[in-house]
Amino acid sequence: MSAPTSFDEFLDGLWRQNPIFVMVLGMCPTLAVTVSAVNAISMGLATTFVLGTSCLLVSLLRHSIPKQVRIASYIVIIATFVTVVDYAIQAISLDLYEALGAYIKLIVANCILLGRAEAHAAKNPPLPATLNAIGMGLGFTLGLLAIGCVREMLGAGKLFGISLFGAHFQPWVVMVLPPGGFFVLAFWLILFAAFRHINGRRNAQLGEVQS
Amino acid sequence: MSDTPDKTSPSFEMVRTLGLVSVICGIIIVGVYQFTLPAVNANKKLALERQVFKVLPQAKSVVPYFATGSGIVAAAGQDLPPAGAVMFYAVYDAADRLAGIAAEASSSGYADQVRILYAYDVDKQAITGIGVIAMRETPGIGDKILTDQAFLQNFAALDVRLSADLQSLANAVKTVKHGTKTSPWQIDAIAGATVTSKAVGRGINESAQKLLPRLWPHLDQLRKPS
Amino acid sequence: MSMELRTSPHQHSGRDVPVIMRNVVYSLLPICAFSVWQYGLSAAALIVTVTLACLAAERINNRISGAGNTLSDWSAAITGVLLALTLPPAFPLWMGAVAGFAAIWLGKSLFGGLGQNPFNPALIGRAFVQAAFPTAISTWAPAFAAHRFGEFIPSSLAAPFMAPPDIASWVRQQGVDAFTGATPLARWKFENITPPAMDFLTGHVTASAGETSAILILLCGLYLAARKFLDWRIPVAVLGSAMLLAWAFHLAQPDRYPAPLFVLLSGGLMLGAWFMATDMATSPVTPRGIWLYGALIGILTVVIRYFGGLTEGVMYAILIANAAGPLLDQFNQPRILGGKRDKS
Repeated sequence: MSAPTSFDEFLDGLWRQNPIFVMVLGMCPTLAVTVSAVNAISMGLATTFVLGTSCLLVSLLRHSIPKQVRIASYIVIIATFVTVVDYAIQAISLDLYEALGAYIKLIVANCILLGRAEAHAAKNPPLPATLNAIGMGLGFTLGLLAIGCVREMLGAGKLFGISLFGAHFQPWVVMVLPPGGFFVLAFWLILFAAFRHINGRRNAQLGEVQS
Repeated sequence: MSDTPDKTSPSFEMVRTLGLVSVICGIIIVGVYQFTLPAVNANKKLALERQVFKVLPQAKSVVPYFATGSGIVAAAGQDLPPAGAVMFYAVYDAADRLAGIAAEASSSGYADQVRILYAYDVDKQAITGIGVIAMRETPGIGDKILTDQAFLQNFAALDVRLSADLQSLANAVKTVKHGTKTSPWQIDAIAGATVTSKAVGRGINESAQKLLPRLWPHLDQLRKPS
Repeated sequence: MSMELRTSPHQHSGRDVPVIMRNVVYSLLPICAFSVWQYGLSAAALIVTVTLACLAAERINNRISGAGNTLSDWSAAITGVLLALTLPPAFPLWMGAVAGFAAIWLGKSLFGGLGQNPFNPALIGRAFVQAAFPTAISTWAPAFAAHRFGEFIPSSLAAPFMAPPDIASWVRQQGVDAFTGATPLARWKFENITPPAMDFLTGHVTASAGETSAILILLCGLYLAARKFLDWRIPVAVLGSAMLLAWAFHLAQPDRYPAPLFVLLSGGLMLGAWFMATDMATSPVTPRGIWLYGALIGILTVVIRYFGGLTEGVMYAILIANAAGPLLDQFNQPRILGGKRDKS
């Protein structure tokens, strides 16, 4: 195994350690804001921005932050960028701001952020740290989008606000209610688990053949 | 322990780091706040006007006010509302005449608070329209309060005239069971969405009982275009 | 010295799961037949569709999991029939199929199949469609419509994923007198009108496909109880506690709360008490646990009906009691003969 390249760092979060489907982190926004694909993407990108910028700053300051106050420093840094995103979204669209509600501010409490800052950015130079963080963020966005698309299609018959099935579509109300978030998340988790299971079996067979 | 902090002592380093982090973050936040403020304010104004225009189609401009126990004051330029104040909006038409008053009413519905904006017609002493600001009622049932034409017909002219002593409404606004509306101050509930219908009535009643007696003596102040 | 029958050790009576399940199906047949007689083609199609959906879901699950065929234990068929009986007769068939798949997959397969499921699968299916299609599940059709054997209720045949058409004009054509489109429970809750008890016995009420005749359900349940295919204590506890609580309310405020008989006969209480609450996989096994479990269902049903936002509470009452079942068992472990009282 060679040393991880920057691209590997990026792919890590996007796929191998996908925060939603593999690590099952950040479930609060995952369940709450994924009623539509647009909400999901916005939430994902907002989180990606906070992840990327805060990990960059943490990585830059990693040698000067003493161990005792590192968590406090990380939280201050993360909170700063969450505030930035908060203002930015208000400036872009108030409707979106209303739809995402308290969950923008709650990005602070998203364990993916503190997890990345502590586990990766604090130990790595800025470039890999940022790449890894952005990969994580995009992985998160991908997960939210996967859930958001299903919920919007079944719950409203639309995708990105465009009607798919015509006027007589019967919306599945449960999909836009909180239980729908759990059902769709569970569905994707099963799918991912099955995929990894099959993949693992195939790799094991390949190993046997080669040896 | 020495009185002068040692440059290498961990506590000094901690304070220095936290201070540095705070300064960097403070600068970033202030910068972004300044940069986005105009856009945010413009957005908020637009959103409010859009809401108001929905309930008062003839509106051209909207001025926010606070109604307190002693009178009404323009909300512009005030950061915090005076204690116990009720916010409302004076709405003017193209000729700068007072087209009506818009105010928010809220009450708990089936799932969460139902927040609506209602339009008050000063001449008719009646509520002439409602719009929803925010609600999380069950789609297909509770959200009929926006689409059910028979229900919206309740707000063609919902009677909210004041009693003789000007201290409260002559008749409390009340949501009644579907099909049993008899008086112009009653709201005919939507069959199957009674809880949400009742929330609308309760919210309007609470808000109007509080706002209208305070507002009524000072209407002339609003009529003069500011 | 008195002895009580326990789950184990026991002598095998020659009754295994398929035998019990088959008898439950037999006992449901009269209820299905009555439902078809009342609602005609639509009810028949609904029962068949939902049952087939359950069987298909079970079969697909067998394939994926690689386990053997479990269709022959009849449990999926029972889930399907029971689920269909709790749905409104005018329910679109495609939604019925969705309910069937939700019942088997969410209610049973995910937990590991028959015997592992904590909740009654049929009720999980109904809870899913109640949350997904709140309008369709509260759209009721009149019984004994003139052409019920010649045509479907129009909403039954809605195309998959499409909203069902409004059936109001169809109802008017049928010339059914005094059909209000609301269940007796809803009429009591919102209009304070209770129909005469006789209507519940003859099926002249607005209700789900299999809930209309309380007396028929009672007879079928008694058959199962007499042949010891269900634990008689559960329905007795459910109906008894519901009746006692309703009676107490009725005594306190007779003009506000209905007579206890209305509470017993209306809605899905009879069907729930005899056929849903008694599901062996999801009910407690200790003697005291069983009584508490039944009483919990009866009390919750009355509380939800009287004070909740919904008009009917049997489904959620049973699901909540299912969840509490293992806990009730744990707190009510019988003392081992000759053993000391647990100090805790």
